[in-house]
Amino acid sequence: MSLEAVLVVASALFSVGLYGALTQQVVVMVMMGLELMLNGVILAVAGFWYFLAPEPTGQVLLLVVIAAMTVEMAMGFAVATLLHRSAGTDMVDMATELSG
Amino acid sequence: MTDLVTDPLRLVEVVAFWALAALAVVAGVLVFRWDSMARVTYALATSFVAVGLALVVVDLHYIGAVTVLMMVMEMAIMAVFMIMFMGMNPALMPMDMTHRKRPAAVVAVATFVVLAGGALLVPWERLADPVPGAGSASAVGEAVMGPKMLVMMTVSPLLFATLVAGVVLASHRTRYDRLGDDLRRRPADDPQPGGVGR
Repeated sequence: MSLEAVLVVASALFSVGLYGALTQQVVVMVMMGLELMLNGVILAVAGFWYFLAPEPTGQVLLLVVIAAMTVEMAMGFAVATLLHRSAGTDMVDMATELSG
Repeated sequence: MTDLVTDPLRLVEVVAFWALAALAVVAGVLVFRWDSMARVTYALATSFVAVGLALVVVDLHYIGAVTVLMMVMEMAIMAVFMIMFMGMNPALMPMDMTHRKRPAAVVAVATFVVLAGGALLVPWERLADPVPGAGSASAVGEAVMGPKMLVMMTVSPLLFATLVAGVVLASHRTRYDRLGDDLRRRPADDPQPGGVGR
């Protein structure tokens, strides 16, 4: 395998996630799209690390991406819970304003 | 190609990587094709596990293991949220909760063409040769606790701030709302709405 192959697979994962994030109506499903996009980012960063500069310190960037992913999910669930409580919905179309 | 014929281990690596890559993408597509929320969550978990194992194949043993373990747990939590919010038996009711599929498909395909085109056309240049064991847990540990300590020190308050913000957003009425800042105050009469004078 090569860096190009890894990046093409990562691009496919990112694009599928983007399609999901744009089409889904349920907030949690939108988050799934974002997670899939980050999945592609993780694979791309791993490819860059392995093929271009395989030093141990380069993996720290990957740790940061995974941490950002965890943060995104935690905040997304918190916002989804807040939205459900204040507006009684879990759909993005019905959450066009943030005022409670 | 000659490399692959002379080195069977490398051939196994390449085959394993492509199998895992295909599994990751197919499972990713199924996330937005299946109707069942429970199956959708498992499909996303499968995609993550495939990417985690692909990381192990490209010598990122520690990060690959962390990705697999963390994502399996994350998807377990996601499944609970899905079932809570959907408010129905998620395995029995087919549904289509999507909008603007055609423009989204155009954007997604265009993004793939641009990203994959860039990946194939840019002349990538290796900066160093692979170091055996560079992806091991001890190598990451030494990097994090040594030259990259500042990164971890930045990530720690970020995670703590997320914990606090998540609880603040998700909780309806907290102890402060019920009792205020006066610790001697009598507990609020909970069946009534609001707190601290509201």
